Amino acid sequence: MYLSIIFLPLMGSILSGLFGRFLSPKGAAFVTILGMSLACLISVALFFEVGLSGSPCYIKLSPWLDCEMFDACWGFYFDSLTVSMCFTVTLISTLVHLYSTSYMSHDPHQPRFMAYLSLFTFFMLMLITADNFIQLFLGWEGVGLCSYLLINFWFTRLQANKAAIKAMVINRVGDVGLALGVFSVFVVFKTCDYSVVFSLVPHVAGVTYNFLGFEVDALSSIGLLLFVGAVGKSAQIGLHTWLPDAMEGPTPVSALIHAATMVTAGVYLIIRCSPLYEYSGVALTVITIFGALTAFIAGTIGLVQNDLKKVIAYSTCSQLGYMVFACGLSNYSVSMFHLINHAYFKALLFLSAGSVIHALNDEQDMRRMGGLLQVLPYTYVMILIGSLALMGFPFLTGFYSKDVILEIAYAKYSLHGTFAHWLGVLSAGITAFYSFRLIYLTFISNPNGFKNAMQNAHDAPLPMAIPLFILCIGSIFVGYLTKDLFIGLGTPFWNNAIYIAPENLVMIDAEFIPTYIKWLPVVVSLSGALLSMIVFHFFKDFLFEICTKPFGRNVYIFLNRRWLFDRLQNDLIGSVILKLGYNTTYKLVDKGVIEVFGPKGLSFLTITFSKQISSLQSGLVHQYAFIMFIGVTLFMTKLLVWPLFATLIDINLYFIIMAALMFTNYFVIKLS
Amino acid sequence: MISQTRYLFVAMVLFLLGLSGIFLNRKNIIILLMSIELMLLSINFNFIIFSVFLDDILGQLFALLVLTVAAAESAIGLAILVIYYRVRGTIAIEFIDLMKG
Repeated sequence: MYLSIIFLPLMGSILSGLFGRFLSPKGAAFVTILGMSLACLISVALFFEVGLSGSPCYIKLSPWLDCEMFDACWGFYFDSLTVSMCFTVTLISTLVHLYSTSYMSHDPHQPRFMAYLSLFTFFMLMLITADNFIQLFLGWEGVGLCSYLLINFWFTRLQANKAAIKAMVINRVGDVGLALGVFSVFVVFKTCDYSVVFSLVPHVAGVTYNFLGFEVDALSSIGLLLFVGAVGKSAQIGLHTWLPDAMEGPTPVSALIHAATMVTAGVYLIIRCSPLYEYSGVALTVITIFGALTAFIAGTIGLVQNDLKKVIAYSTCSQLGYMVFACGLSNYSVSMFHLINHAYFKALLFLSAGSVIHALNDEQDMRRMGGLLQVLPYTYVMILIGSLALMGFPFLTGFYSKDVILEIAYAKYSLHGTFAHWLGVLSAGITAFYSFRLIYLTFISNPNGFKNAMQNAHDAPLPMAIPLFILCIGSIFVGYLTKDLFIGLGTPFWNNAIYIAPENLVMIDAEFIPTYIKWLPVVVSLSGALLSMIVFHFFKDFLFEICTKPFGRNVYIFLNRRWLFDRLQNDLIGSVILKLGYNTTYKLVDKGVIEVFGPKGLSFLTITFSKQISSLQSGLVHQYAFIMFIGVTLFMTKLLVWPLFATLIDINLYFIIMAALMFTNYFVIKLS
Repeated sequence: MISQTRYLFVAMVLFLLGLSGIFLNRKNIIILLMSIELMLLSINFNFIIFSVFLDDILGQLFALLVLTVAAAESAIGLAILVIYYRVRGTIAIEFIDLMKG
């Protein structure tokens, strides 16, 4: 039962991907949905058994790499952290599969699409059930690969190709960090097994090791390197640029991969390594600052994006920032809670956005929407619920996790805690603002779309409506229902999955902060939402005026062009590396020096040299005789005379002289 | 008694005559064969001189062997020349360069 949850999606993927031709699109969809929904049902049972009944399960399947001291097994480790992730992943994945049958019904490659989705789920499950870093890395790379395949699903679109390559390349940067982190884990702990590593952590606290010639603190450097991996995968600031671009893929992909599951892999990694991070204050501080900055910056960018999906993508980025800084403040369970809640309402938002896009014939620009309230009432309700849950409207799902995150940030009473708190509160307001901007521009404002598109628009068909409904229920109730289970004071749910050092525990302090601080996020969110509605409804001209004034215009452009992060990356890193790669290493080294002294020069030299030598073979006997005579004479002379000079000349010089002669000969021939 | 060196000098002069006959002559292949004969003869001289001075009969026997081989060789050479002339219509040395690389 434990293993079938992992391998059912794989079977579905293989059947649909390799034999989809024989199964027909409907058959392929049936097979994959069957596999996924079975996995989902099983994960419910696992959640009961492992999570609620508290019996973790550890399966050592077989050896994988077995090399003296180094061993990596196919091992699967199910503790409460794993099963919470498993349940979220399989549920969202099942719903997205179901949704895709309708959304992709007109696509001739539907079996391939379903196969990729299932394969992605398989790798994600591999990642979260792994019992060692090597297997985690396998799943990590696997989801990266599937992300590439799915973004690039419509491979005839140039933008999709570019976005897919960008996602792949930027993720590689993070993966280098992760790989170095895993290597460091092996160097320091001599194993990659979670259980061994985490139980040894207290003993290596303060130990230093040699990294690139520097003596560095082992745990801090491992923590930071693993965090680099998380930055890449979870789209934290610096390596976040791939996530908005990944919206080029089909919308179900955005919902599954770039909102609910794959981007949470980085957060999962940090939570999984909680025993390691707890012993490194430096790494925790860095994580907090990065997370807070991401939450804020991604939010401000989301304010002025015009693409429906990109707004939601930046909101994902922002929410990931919340999760990460919650981890940085040592509240892993809160981070996990937010991760699960976020999966529901973000999948809901993306899927309803997909419904809008589907209804309007693949129109994604919010400026060409508006007035859809009458046309798509069901979708409107869904987006409204999703947005309310996202902005933390009281007693919806997002409220329970987001407010707790902000409270614990305040209760940390440290510089980075306060930093995170204020940025978090600000981004809560921003989140509400852009969520309602999205709703206003899409549904409430005057219709700006084409008449044709509006006439043909139809609300979500049943296979798309059911997932929306289920996710909507989740967005409303999950937070309320599971709050006490996940983050209640003294909950036994996490037992050994998460470790929080006693001095870092702030859950209790968070109960005693001033009441107005507790109220602040909700007030800020509601006023942000209200402000958004008022500004867009009554003061649109005023807004336009601000954005056309020189200062306002600069700010607008700065935000609209994503804080110029892409520009920065391209100019400072991309083009420099490209030039270096082409001009120096390719043209100068590869095609220059190595080519002249290597293959081309040597072969040219051999050929011309042998041509010259072969001209000596004239076929005339008397010349041969003469050459033999000269040779024998020289040889004899050398034998007789050489002892006089032998002491003066180093024999090794011969080779240098020979080589010099050959190459002068080469250049002389080449120039002539 | 005349010293050994003088005898050897004669043999060497003969050898060098034969050698220079080979690579100075550009026209006639018969002269080439004759030059080779001359070189063989000079070598025979060497054998005989050393055989006398070392008082060893083997050298003279070997000289006889060389003579026999030289005779057979010139016979074969001349026969080849005849055939070659029949085929190519010339035995001028400058045209005999079929082995050219």
